[in-house]
Amino acid sequence: MAGTFSGGVHPDDAKLLSNNKKLITPAIPSIVILPVRQHIGAPSKIVVEKGQQVKKGQMVAEAGGFVSVPQHASISGVVKAVEPRLSPMGIKVQSVVIESDGKDEWAEGCNTERTVSSMSSDDMREAVKTAGIVGLGGAAFPTHVKLSPPKDKSIDTVILNGVECEPYATCDHRIMLEYPEKIVKGLDILKKILGCSNAYIGIEQNKPDAIKVMRNAVKDYKGVKVVSLKVKYPQGGEKQLIYAVTKRKVPAGGLPMDVGCVVQNVGTAMAVYEAVALGIPLIQRAVTVTGHGVKEPVNVIARLGTTFDQLIENAGGYTENVSKLIMGGPMMGISQFTDEVPVVKGTSCILAMEEQETVFSAELPCISCGMCVDVCPMHLLPTTIASMVEHERWDDAKSYHILDCIECGCCTYICPTNRRLVENLKFGKAKIAEIRAKEQAQKKAAEEKK
Amino acid sequence: MARLFKVSATPHLRDATNIPTIMYSVVVALIPALIGAIYFFGLPALWITLLTVFSCVIAEGIIEKMSGKPLTIWDGSAIVTGILLAFNLSPGVSWWIPVVGGIFAIVVGKMTFGGLGYNPLNPALLGRVFLQQSWPVEMNASWTLPRGIPAIDAETIATPLTILKENIAVLKSSNALSDNIDAVINASGRLGDLQVSYMDMFVGRIPGCLGETSVMLLLIGAAFLLYKRYIGWRIPFSFVGTVGLLTWIFGGYEGFFTGPWLFHILSGGLIIGAFFMATDMVTSPITKNGRFVFGIGCGLLTTIIRLIGGYPEGVSYAILLMNLTVPLINRYTQPKVFGEVKNRV
Repeated sequence: MAGTFSGGVHPDDAKLLSNNKKLITPAIPSIVILPVRQHIGAPSKIVVEKGQQVKKGQMVAEAGGFVSVPQHASISGVVKAVEPRLSPMGIKVQSVVIESDGKDEWAEGCNTERTVSSMSSDDMREAVKTAGIVGLGGAAFPTHVKLSPPKDKSIDTVILNGVECEPYATCDHRIMLEYPEKIVKGLDILKKILGCSNAYIGIEQNKPDAIKVMRNAVKDYKGVKVVSLKVKYPQGGEKQLIYAVTKRKVPAGGLPMDVGCVVQNVGTAMAVYEAVALGIPLIQRAVTVTGHGVKEPVNVIARLGTTFDQLIENAGGYTENVSKLIMGGPMMGISQFTDEVPVVKGTSCILAMEEQETVFSAELPCISCGMCVDVCPMHLLPTTIASMVEHERWDDAKSYHILDCIECGCCTYICPTNRRLVENLKFGKAKIAEIRAKEQAQKKAAEEKK
Repeated sequence: MARLFKVSATPHLRDATNIPTIMYSVVVALIPALIGAIYFFGLPALWITLLTVFSCVIAEGIIEKMSGKPLTIWDGSAIVTGILLAFNLSPGVSWWIPVVGGIFAIVVGKMTFGGLGYNPLNPALLGRVFLQQSWPVEMNASWTLPRGIPAIDAETIATPLTILKENIAVLKSSNALSDNIDAVINASGRLGDLQVSYMDMFVGRIPGCLGETSVMLLLIGAAFLLYKRYIGWRIPFSFVGTVGLLTWIFGGYEGFFTGPWLFHILSGGLIIGAFFMATDMVTSPITKNGRFVFGIGCGLLTTIIRLIGGYPEGVSYAILLMNLTVPLINRYTQPKVFGEVKNRV
């Protein structure tokens, strides 16, 4: 029996467009843009100046705190500018712009093999931290933070996320097929850092070849199991995956570590291996460039900071009717108004959609069919909460658990009257956070007065 | 400036299902029963259905034109209301009954509240109840015999439920009045006749409203909707199950657990009510547990009306009364959030 969760939707996975395309390495980009905010947490602090020579793998910005990561040059060349540039998050972010010198030289100390067996878990964790690794599934949460659980939480299970439940995305699928060894070695390192013996690799059943390859790759490793999971979105959601694999429920408002689990993307495991064993910081990642809006969908290993338009060229350019460009999958990806934005650490997919795919019928009143309730993987009442948000009833929305929404978008996807449910829920969450911050500030001010 | 792209919030995909797909699927699901009605009751069944459908659609169109709202008559919901209303009328009603019923169902039952999605009560049922209360004679004196049943006594045509109710009442009261022997024998005989006709009831060869009699054809349509997931199983199964259970326990005249439960399930409007009207999306709960509560409530009220109420049939009233409780049910059956709830900081 394949594992799964309750709720969820079954969009057309559209993976045929690119799942048999081998990962290719495009030419070195002539220019890269490295924003200081590519991750969740504090922005990094830039440590280079305009005009400075940098080499591949050299740190250009240091971590801005514990929940933060450093950034590294992804090519060798000259720092052309340090200025705010548009990032795919839709805002301008202070960035390091590097112009290539075409040499692609490694910085000192990078790309040198190390003996993992002689390293302590603290050494390994430090290597992950200095390599600037974040979760490569899309959320981009600093990996070393997940690997540093507080003392009172014991972790007994590492789960690698090879689910890739977003339609269109195939980059994780490809790296599982092409670099299974690196992933498994990375998983081994993760296990050692956390000191736990159990590990699972969760993969959706629509990737039977990847399941086979990974099963073969983990043969010699004790306590590692490849779990096949039902094809259903959002099977790869952290809480859903943990439940599907271990039947443990992450408490509402809690974290995976509350149930003894750490979840990492398969790409992250590979990056961890490269960082710890080979001394390579996170300067590139697998990206799927796909959709009906490009001529020839491809999977590429892209240098971070490569602009989208350069990768689109690798996919044969746009088709005539292209109309929407999305970073990430079609369910949770961020839509872009221009392709002059860089690939960041969380860019798993660049999706171009044609005009007819982007036209939806008008929003109509709710007919209370309850479909959004049936599909909500968090068991919320999306239509009820959305109405509360529309009427600015923030306290009611909170008591209906709006803050537990994982923003997967199943409710909007399924709604027969096309209501923008998840949009309202996201807005409500942001608004409630804003109100809370304001209240705390007031409280603080009042206390200071006393 | 380089090429500009469309920007929108997530998700960037939509399921193809919309209101028309759902409504027209319901229409398709009702077609077997409509064909059955035409077969059993002749062409009047078709004319009545067309009259209700047209009056519903036209009434909706006129109201929307008058109030300057976008025209929604093609979304199929008025057609569904029309067909369901027709299915709740007896095959021999005069032409103006379906017309008045259709107009009332749409104008008062639906458009007054703001149209599809805002109506608290099932419009078709409201139309039916309005007709029944306003013109009881016309509504109840017009039962016709279906094809395949020899007309013995045209004046005493009654639905099986009416026969059951009257005769069980006779048998219950006769325990005290022993001088009423003729009546007892008569009543037992009639009930005996009823027992043998389960197959007729399943197929639809019984007098009744034109679309409610054939359990078989209704279930074919319901199976299609269940398969398409446009109706859930929770409401109809808990509704029918409750009626079956309660009538088995309390419905007999020889004590508890002797009631003709299968008879109650197969007769009257229970099947069409449970599968096609109680499941109406707008007027049923959105939560999974709420749907059970709703179904059980409908079953309970139906049984109470059938066994001790003044009418032989109670499905319509039961559903309408339960419709009114939906907001309350929704409020008290909030699902538990995934992951046990702990005290938030």
